[in-house]
Amino acid sequence: MGLVAREVESRGIPTVSLSSALSITRAVAAPRAVFVDFPLGRTAGRAFDAAMQRDIVLQALAQLRDAATPGEMAVLDYAWAADDDWKDSVMRPGSSGGDSRIERYASPQYQCTADAAAADPNCPTCVWLDRSAAPTPARI
Amino acid sequence: MSDRQPPIDYIARTRDLYSALGYPPYRWVKNEPLARLAKTAKAPTAWRVGLVASGGIYAAGQIAFHFRDDLSYREIASDTPVDALRTTHFAYDLSDARRDPNVVFPLAALRDLASAGLIGEVGPNAYTFMGGIYSAGKVRDILAPALADRLVADAVDVALLVPV
Repeated sequence: MGLVAREVESRGIPTVSLSSALSITRAVAAPRAVFVDFPLGRTAGRAFDAAMQRDIVLQALAQLRDAATPGEMAVLDYAWAADDDWKDSVMRPGSSGGDSRIERYASPQYQCTADAAAADPNCPTCVWLDRSAAPTPARI
Repeated sequence: MSDRQPPIDYIARTRDLYSALGYPPYRWVKNEPLARLAKTAKAPTAWRVGLVASGGIYAAGQIAFHFRDDLSYREIASDTPVDALRTTHFAYDLSDARRDPNVVFPLAALRDLASAGLIGEVGPNAYTFMGGIYSAGKVRDILAPALADRLVADAVDVALLVPV
């Protein structure tokens, strides 16, 4: 996403990236970022906590005005839990939180089977930029 | 007393994990900061805000992402109800995102800020893709320009980007 941020910013549109992976966002040098120290997949707040989600977005948007230097990152004052023990097992070899990645299937991976049945094979809002990698109709 | 740790260094952990599994190191992109930041003269209350997220979000009726070399994106109308949003991804814990997609795709929060008059409006569409694309070159040369084209066409004043 950092590469997208840089491209959008270079077209004259200010961007702010909301990240929970500080080292990655810093390495790719996103133009402006806000760091939320939560497990990946919860960067915009806790599930069903609309007040927190709104506050995080509001603080991210504030960075659009406040950041003065390219690459600047603000750290939000939120903690995921009373302690940071959840960080111990993330991507650690041999731990349950280690190699939890799923095989890279070439067919669409639906959240539920009903979605597979409901999917429009000619979906006009699904944009394949690399036709060679698009799923074939038989796989949809 | 609480025990705080520094932020997880995902670059180091990926390197260690791949090494332990016998894979070659993942080559993370490293850039210098841009020379300058873009600016908008408008006040936040007049902003049209664009949203782009890489958490593998799709809407019911759309084709889901696949996990191998998927460079595609989805256009999701910004008035899409939250209960029509889905998530799929090979590399993060989806349990919260599937219960409440707002945790990776804060569309409801943006709509709420627009209703409250704190921002002007949400762009007509949000755009989503599935992060973890191995080819940084393809992201830089194909996907990023395509998404930037859409945000320019939508005439957004600023963009909120939510990587996973």
